[in-house]
Amino acid sequence: MLYKDDLVQSFLRGDMRALARAVSMVEAGDIQAEQFLAAVAREGKRARLIGITGPPGAGKSTLTAKLAESLLDRGERVALLLTDPSSPFTGGAILGDRIRMHAIAGRSGLYIRSLGSRGSLGGLSRAVPPIVQLLENFGFDAIILETVGTGQAETDVVETVDSVVVVTVPGLGDDVQAMKAGIIEIADVFVVNKADREGAERTARQLEEALKLGPKAVPVLATIATTGVGIAAVVSSLDAHYQTMLADGELAKRRDRRLRKALHAYAASIVSVRLAEWVEEQLTGHWADIDSGRIDIYTCGRRLAEKFQKRGVTSNVRED
Amino acid sequence: MSGRSFIRVLVAKPGLDGHDRGAKIVARALRDAGMEVIYTGLRQTPEQIVEAALQEDVDVVALSCLSGAHNYSFPRVVELLRQQGGADILVLGGGVIPEEDIPALKQSGVKEIFTPGTTIQAIVEFIRAHAIQR
Repeated sequence: MLYKDDLVQSFLRGDMRALARAVSMVEAGDIQAEQFLAAVAREGKRARLIGITGPPGAGKSTLTAKLAESLLDRGERVALLLTDPSSPFTGGAILGDRIRMHAIAGRSGLYIRSLGSRGSLGGLSRAVPPIVQLLENFGFDAIILETVGTGQAETDVVETVDSVVVVTVPGLGDDVQAMKAGIIEIADVFVVNKADREGAERTARQLEEALKLGPKAVPVLATIATTGVGIAAVVSSLDAHYQTMLADGELAKRRDRRLRKALHAYAASIVSVRLAEWVEEQLTGHWADIDSGRIDIYTCGRRLAEKFQKRGVTSNVRED
Repeated sequence: MSGRSFIRVLVAKPGLDGHDRGAKIVARALRDAGMEVIYTGLRQTPEQIVEAALQEDVDVVALSCLSGAHNYSFPRVVELLRQQGGADILVLGGGVIPEEDIPALKQSGVKEIFTPGTTIQAIVEFIRAHAIQR
């Protein structure tokens, strides 16, 4: 077993085993995770973050493997975070994205990690932001995040990465589907995979029509991920998108937004745990009034929140 | 960052047979028992299995083999795990394993062998009792 201090040293030496242990620690929300993140923090080079999203079976994992291969071929160090759904009943999960990674497994400079969504509904595990921080500190050049199979509204990925690739396949819907809000809007690059299937051209055309009316130019590219057809074009579109964002300041803006969001979420999660415990204490002996309907939960909730805020100020003063 | 920890299991198929029905049934049952199961597919070398186990930081490696290569591949997985800092990972084997091979496999460090007829419940209980949650 590697203990925490050894783990920091091994991590900083570039030991992938230490990285894997650290990811588990952060994922479990271990109390030591925060200290560990602080201990391995470093300034400087950040990784390029690419998100891959789209419906189940569209070919996200196969495309992810091919993109990773292209980046590895040009000497980049690449990490893959592959999220699959956890059961809402047992918490268990089948994490099967790694099956598609055989062609690249074992390459040096590559780290692959499968994650259960663990109750998160936005398409990615909640632990992704701190895991991304670990991977950046470990020194990866590129991090590719694959979401669970998504439908129309799971858009967390857009607030987690620099560039979003939305993968679809022919035959999933008509031109009205392509007009809807949600996942269609978040694409920086659109991929119509399984382009050898009937209707691929039509699907691509409908998407192009819908995207033309949007605020940004989004390329629609055809691929056959299993054979590698079209992958080079996806890589160069992503490169071009990255360069454009670097030049016009969008990259910095997206990073700011991402960090702020993660910071707010973490601060809120700490307060929310304390608040929940405190509310339960306050409710002791009063539940019958709420249960009977004599006091409504919204009036009660506001009163408690106001009381908690006042209490928060005084307890902070005492701590200082 | 708060949550519970899950038992993570790598279900892997070393060797060249293409039969993964058993492995998939076990994977599904472990999922229903609340574990996170990483399934890596067919025809994996011991080296690939160990690399996946370490990168995924699993608590358990469950090997399924129907080709008769278990006397080589199971001990090799244990050996590589020990060499690469994964000695605390629980290694289990399953498949058509002759009775007479079992003592040597256990001697090599495979903690338990589950042969045809084993109940799913027995496997789940064994993992719950023996996996070291780290």
